[in-house]
Amino acid sequence: MKALLDLIVGDPQADRSVPQTGLTARLTLFVSAVMAFLAVIALAVSLTTNRVASLWAEDLAESATLRLPADPATADALLLSALDVLETTPGISSVRALSQDEQQALLEPWFGPDLPLDALPMPQLIEIVADGDGYDVDGLRARLTAQVPGAILDDHTAWREPLLDAASRVRLIGWTVILLIGATVAAMITLAAQAALAANVQVISVLRLVGAKDAYIARAFVRRFTLRAGGGAIVGVVIGALVVLLVPQGDIAGGLLLGVGFEGAEWIFPLMIPLLAAIVAFFATRAAAFRRLREQT
Amino acid sequence: MIELDNVSYGYGGNALFSQVSLTLAPGSFHFLTGPSGAGKTTLLRLCYADLRAMKGKVRIFGEDAGALDRDAVAMSRRRIGVVHQDCRFLDHLSIAENIALPLTVSGRASEAAGNLKELLNWVGLGAQANQLPPELSGGERQRAALARAVIVSPDVIVADEPTGNVDWEMSQRILSLLIELNKMGKTILIATHDLAMIRAAKSDVSARILRLSEGQILQAGAEL
Repeated sequence: MKALLDLIVGDPQADRSVPQTGLTARLTLFVSAVMAFLAVIALAVSLTTNRVASLWAEDLAESATLRLPADPATADALLLSALDVLETTPGISSVRALSQDEQQALLEPWFGPDLPLDALPMPQLIEIVADGDGYDVDGLRARLTAQVPGAILDDHTAWREPLLDAASRVRLIGWTVILLIGATVAAMITLAAQAALAANVQVISVLRLVGAKDAYIARAFVRRFTLRAGGGAIVGVVIGALVVLLVPQGDIAGGLLLGVGFEGAEWIFPLMIPLLAAIVAFFATRAAAFRRLREQT
Repeated sequence: MIELDNVSYGYGGNALFSQVSLTLAPGSFHFLTGPSGAGKTTLLRLCYADLRAMKGKVRIFGEDAGALDRDAVAMSRRRIGVVHQDCRFLDHLSIAENIALPLTVSGRASEAAGNLKELLNWVGLGAQANQLPPELSGGERQRAALARAVIVSPDVIVADEPTGNVDWEMSQRILSLLIELNKMGKTILIATHDLAMIRAAKSDVSARILRLSEGQILQAGAEL
């Protein structure tokens, strides 16, 4: 803690030993701010994808659909048999046959509002909601085959698995982007620190002449780049957070674009970015400074 | 204090001097003369561990300079004040800040306040304290470099052509400051071409005069 405080407060006189390099300072601030902004956006997309995928997967895992053959002659009998089977299956909390209006609403996006549903042989759909423990899918399929011929049980596995897979990949891409941003910040700070060290060869030579240790010389550069990277990252995070807050919010389950952002404890992640940027800058500058000072004997 | 024992050094495969031996005893005063290119500056740099001997041993305060790590070299520099002909200041700092630099880098900046004013007056730069180095004359810069060299009260002062860029009157003033330091017990080694300055010093200080020529150190003095 004392070391961190020393780094932030610094030694003003020691700090003045190394002249300020305006362009390097401005570039470091700018790049750090841009990288922090991109990190906030990548985090928001990654966390939102994760949240949406979990919500969808949860919904799909709890529900299933039973489709009965579209045969008007047997429709009522099949419906009664199906409801009987479903209501007596352990692990099912509720069963509901969709009304004609609900079925029409489902088809409306594809066929339009004027669909003459009465004139078409429509299969009856039954919504099944499982309880917490779920039910035996294979056992239910066997009973339905025996008692409700032609009924097809869709437990949404075919939907859920690709969705979870896609969400997992988006999440992975998000974290990879954040890691790459971190690596880019480290590379950029290293280059900037090396440029600053190269521009101050004479200063370093004079400081050594009067008895400065490598740690003292390095500290002036390390403190400067750490504060610049942290400061730039704060600006980037603030702008990124504002942009995220400006994204229209809505029912998250309704679509990814309506839910991009952070919720509750997730705000810790963007708030950590300036600290992480400062830590990356600290170690990158320190390594660059000591390497350069070793070479410049 | 500082001892060179059969030291050899050269550049690009050409020997500048070989098997040179020299001992700077505590409180001694040495002039090092010799033609340009004889290796006076190189020999001085060996004395404050800015270069490492190719052969032989340099001992600084009893330690083998060749075995010192960079931190140990820095610590030894705090006991050796160096005055360069070109002064080597940080041009973005004021003269007062430049003079205080040895204290600043050794974490003793708080001591500067008391010493600095006295030191600036001693070298006659009280009025120039807040000026930047490029704003000072050659003589003022040399005196400021001397003040910087002594602010940490070093045991040894090594000066490379300290009067190279100044007129006779100023060179006498700088010389008198160095003699004063020697009388305070400091060990002094001055590399110079200025034989007139050496002659002038002989009446005030018991100096050993060394001539570096053709790769060897010779005792001089009688002919001066």
